[in-house]
Amino acid sequence: MNILVCVKRVPDPGTKIELTADSRAVDTSKLGFTISPHEECAVEEAVQMIEEHGGEGTVLTLGLPESDAQLRDALAVGMERGILIETDGSDWDPGQTAKAIAAAIEEDQTRHGPFDLLMFGNESADSGGFQVGIRVANALDLPCITGVKSMEMEDGQLVCKREYGDGWEVYKIPLPAVVTVKEGLNLPRHPSLRGTMKAKKKKIEFVQPEKVSAQLVMNRLRHPAETSKEVEILGEGAAAAPKVIELLRKLEVL
Amino acid sequence: MILGIIEHDGVQLDPYGLQMLTFARDLSARLNTSLEAVLIGKSAESSGEQIKNFGISKVHLIQHERLEHYAPEAWAESVIQLLADKKADLAVAAGTERGNELMAHIAAKLDLPLASNCSEISHGDGLEITRLRWGGSLLEETSLRDNVKLLTLALNIVEAQESSANPVDFEAFTPTLEDKDFRVQLSGREENTAEGVTLKTASLVVGGGRGVGSAEGFKVLEELAECLGGVVGGSRVATNNGWRPHTQQVGLTGNRISPKLYIACGISGAIQHLVGCKAAKNILVINVDREAPFFSKADYGVLGDLHEVVPALISEIKKVQ
Repeated sequence: MNILVCVKRVPDPGTKIELTADSRAVDTSKLGFTISPHEECAVEEAVQMIEEHGGEGTVLTLGLPESDAQLRDALAVGMERGILIETDGSDWDPGQTAKAIAAAIEEDQTRHGPFDLLMFGNESADSGGFQVGIRVANALDLPCITGVKSMEMEDGQLVCKREYGDGWEVYKIPLPAVVTVKEGLNLPRHPSLRGTMKAKKKKIEFVQPEKVSAQLVMNRLRHPAETSKEVEILGEGAAAAPKVIELLRKLEVL
Repeated sequence: MILGIIEHDGVQLDPYGLQMLTFARDLSARLNTSLEAVLIGKSAESSGEQIKNFGISKVHLIQHERLEHYAPEAWAESVIQLLADKKADLAVAAGTERGNELMAHIAAKLDLPLASNCSEISHGDGLEITRLRWGGSLLEETSLRDNVKLLTLALNIVEAQESSANPVDFEAFTPTLEDKDFRVQLSGREENTAEGVTLKTASLVVGGGRGVGSAEGFKVLEELAECLGGVVGGSRVATNNGWRPHTQQVGLTGNRISPKLYIACGISGAIQHLVGCKAAKNILVINVDREAPFFSKADYGVLGDLHEVVPALISEIKKVQ
């Protein structure tokens, strides 16, 4: 089973986001980066499926050349090769991104053969557009299941589950297909030292995309109105317990 | 004309769909255009009765023998045909999983932009839009100028408000659909077997993060939650380390909670986590680090190691219970 996982390089979800002076971008000078959380799970799932069914895993991203760090992270846990669609780091809207990814996939398939499964994160942690995977599926005329938190092959079909209301929805589709996943699908492994060493030798192909014009132009970013609170410190250490009891009573939770 | 697409379960309309209708009603007044609702699938009409209290005069019922179960592309194709038939210039759905999925398919098939999870819309040259990034901790300003504008409304931006009761005109619309539109269709449902209070509905949540240190470290948090009739949650650090299952994550990529009191233990208060608990009525932070960002988002704080504070708190609670 040959699987392509598309990942996005995003600022570490734990960090504080500052904006550049013109408010047109996030100030990345002091930020650490990571693979967007949902896609970390997509990489893990792909590696597990390949361990079970055989095949090869390819990881793709669109971004600055230094996004190769995120591709190496995926190569270190078991993906075999990388594709980096190079940009100048400017904001690409979901339509532009999807078109460049679809074109790169089509080109890659003419040389390496077809992918059985294309995986995306359900939405990116940063811009959260909820649409790149769906747009790529439509461009390549493939079926697409989104929001997946459980997936397995059963009698040649891919059985996916996603949360809905208080329960789960079940979908079954034949391959090839596109699946967009959510964190919770699995617990991503950490790369081993050996994996990290091996990843350095794995091949990353750099692709120069054709940039179509943007449909959804970001004009400006801003922080929502600050809702900072004046915290009431009840005390220090174990000695604070009686004050906390008072609070619990006041809030009628005790 | 604005078309507002509402999800329903055959009995009731989705509450987020009613928020969207409330928002779209105001928008239609500001744009000086009409708002008509769209319901898809069988038994849509019985759900639709509720709509008459929302100031809507026309509801389009998209009906087709194969639309009994949700099929994202068939829904998208149906709405596309309705948009063309009615010459509507704006379609909006609530930013639920399905709403975003449906609108993304429509946008992809029409090669149009989709502004997802919008929070503010004003009238300019086209539509000036504010949409959520980072789960709402950052806002993006953008514009839509196409002849057909597609958007989803972020959840809980407005409260659903009824308006004057109108007589509602239901109009059936039958789309032309092909086998291909049904290549993805819901094939079954599974109910959760776990019962009782969940994170999403709990009125008291005890959360733990990096400061808890291990899976075993959560035992005292479980005990505290039990004393107070609450449930335990964890930060992304706690779930990524395997200390707690992901189903208990509070945060951007986990659950959004809204308890009466959230007791956050050993959690620094990264944006990823704050997005998940900002709807809590009261927040009590227990942390050794006075500089932890969580203190500036909390109502109450205890400075100290949770491994000392929480056991002391439990014994104090047991004394008075």
